[in-house]
Amino acid sequence: MTRNVRFVEDRITLKYGTGGGAMRALIEQVFAQGLGDIGREGIGLSAMDDGAAIWLGDQYLVITTDSHVVQPIEFPGGDIGRLAVCGTINDLAMMGATQPLALTCAAIIEDGFARDDLKRIWSSIRATCEEAGTTVVTGDTKVMGHGEIDGLVLNTTGVALTKRVVSDAGLRPGDRILVTGTMGDHGLAIMATRNELALETQLESDVAPLHTLVHRALEVGGEDVVALKDPTRGGLSSALHEMADKSGVGIILDEPEIPLRDEVRAVGELLGIDPLVSANEGKAVFGVRPDAAASVLDAIRSHPLGRNAAIVGECVTDRPGFVVLDTGFGSRLLAEAEGELLPRIC
Amino acid sequence: MKSADAFEQLKFRDPERARGLRDALHRLVQRADHAPVSVMHVCGSHEQAIAKFGLRAAFPDELKVIMGPGCPVCVTDVPEVDEAVALAKQGVRIASYGDMLRVPGTSQSLADAKAEGAKVDVVYSVTQAAELARQYDEEFVFFASGFETTAVATAAVLVDDPPDNFSVLSAHKYIPPVMEIVAEMPETKIEGFLAAGHAATITGSAVFEKFVERHELSVVIAGFEPLDVLAGLVKLLEVINSGVPRVENAFPRCVTREGNVQAQNLLWRVFRPTGGRWRGIAHVPNGNLRLRDEFARYDTRKRFNIDLSAIWSYAPPKLVQQCQCGDIMAGIASPTDCQLFGKECTPESPVGACMVSAEGTCKIWHQYGGRPDLRSMKRGAA
Repeated sequence: MTRNVRFVEDRITLKYGTGGGAMRALIEQVFAQGLGDIGREGIGLSAMDDGAAIWLGDQYLVITTDSHVVQPIEFPGGDIGRLAVCGTINDLAMMGATQPLALTCAAIIEDGFARDDLKRIWSSIRATCEEAGTTVVTGDTKVMGHGEIDGLVLNTTGVALTKRVVSDAGLRPGDRILVTGTMGDHGLAIMATRNELALETQLESDVAPLHTLVHRALEVGGEDVVALKDPTRGGLSSALHEMADKSGVGIILDEPEIPLRDEVRAVGELLGIDPLVSANEGKAVFGVRPDAAASVLDAIRSHPLGRNAAIVGECVTDRPGFVVLDTGFGSRLLAEAEGELLPRIC
Repeated sequence: MKSADAFEQLKFRDPERARGLRDALHRLVQRADHAPVSVMHVCGSHEQAIAKFGLRAAFPDELKVIMGPGCPVCVTDVPEVDEAVALAKQGVRIASYGDMLRVPGTSQSLADAKAEGAKVDVVYSVTQAAELARQYDEEFVFFASGFETTAVATAAVLVDDPPDNFSVLSAHKYIPPVMEIVAEMPETKIEGFLAAGHAATITGSAVFEKFVERHELSVVIAGFEPLDVLAGLVKLLEVINSGVPRVENAFPRCVTREGNVQAQNLLWRVFRPTGGRWRGIAHVPNGNLRLRDEFARYDTRKRFNIDLSAIWSYAPPKLVQQCQCGDIMAGIASPTDCQLFGKECTPESPVGACMVSAEGTCKIWHQYGGRPDLRSMKRGAA
């Protein structure tokens, strides 16, 4: 983890919330310090995975939590409520737990927030829970003063049971990297609504619950699915860097194979934002043993949310912890997002 | 703006055609009677394309593509930044492009001055600056940077009856003269130039003909898509190998021999070339663009008494003394030669101007992974 030594500032700035190296360094240096172990078989905070897994003797209890801040709170393709439900269901699924038992939801609301807006967000939460076959079982409400918080913050926690946990650290050289669909849709859809350039776009967030897709892939791939991660903040780049770093492999990414909507590519160029560092809220990254890659790809493609899935890369022994982008013209190292590229995005 | 407009350019990104051009580059370098062959581009947008598409990893080992002084923000000299900072601290309202705010002067940047309460606005164009000036009852200075492409836009606003409170602090630079300087630098041993397609759209290709005669160095004008850059380099190597230096236009879909005559007339009606320092490089005869006397009433330098004495007594911080931006802009060093690169110096807290601007070589390299040389990567399990 030597790449993180430079993140030691006295103040926490926006870059520590971008899901990249600065945030991982903060977790290592502050949050994960001095906490008790959860037992040999479990996965705790120090693993910095998408969630925790507690061994119950015959299966794992998986638990994960996520706070959501997005501006605007209603955006093309979704809203903060759908985002909060999907985000937590997806984090459970990225641990291999594809049957979410229940969620909690805490709301922190700004003084003066419109009741109608809140009701609309809550009905979106209900609808998304129904779609995903789960529900909210408890919650918490706080109101803060005007200007002390921007509209609405939602926190959701989810629990699920699973026999097998899939980490994000199981890659070895030769393994293939799969993505379940087009990259960067959520982040660029949000940016396009905010940007001063007054873009006219059809861009929509991809926010969606992925547990049934992951379930189908795990049924086919079984033990050959060795790593899972959802490329949210920091996009595909951050997800792959984290997987490469923890697994001690290098990753070569074939840029021409990465599914990208033409409009995402074009808007990304206009705004100077690489879709590969832009957030996704309905996509997953799979690490799969080479022999199973084709059958897992077929399984993912058979799911409605995985029709654009593709094999986009390969793990290598060279340059562990780094991601090399083969552009089709040449190659370069892929950089991680740093700084306040897209604050309040998910 | 419709995002569909941006689809058009994607056809200049066909990897299949790129492979053909790459092979041609390798063949041409082999055919040269010496190695390495060194060429220079003088445009941040060329480095953007090279870095973004990882082209450096595909270049032959014997081809050195050197980054020249291609970033107008980076070559803005310290005293020019000081003038803007001093004015801002005198209480004058100043507007400039976002990148210019963070370029360090002797003691401070405009952003530092703003943090201390100075009235500094970010604008996206000179037109926007003039519109903004109309909203104020006070003096309004536009700190103008950019090469001849951007200078034409500034000129267009100045001939179009700008508001009385509006003036221009020109840090505009003119590219052709600096090519004369770097062409003669013994450290670089350049054999040809890749010239910037957008600037040549205005100046025309003919502007380089005298240069070729004087220096016996070839110039090829190239665009900014990856295929444009590769095609430009192939053409440049062909011309170098031919032994007959000349100007070639590899960007004919935008550039003509004469250029945009109307824009040139506008440029020289408002600006006159004068000698001045380019940050980190040298004194460049005719390299600075300053307002002509007819436009004196819009010339910030004529309108104000700018007092720099307080700023110049300040000793620059230690980190700045280690900064290698000058050598990097002159093409003598690479960002990775600088000890500060990616460590003390990042886009978040830049030490030198090359890490500030979107066209600065350091910023570009940092954005695209930091190290360009990936020729040795191998696939498959070991």
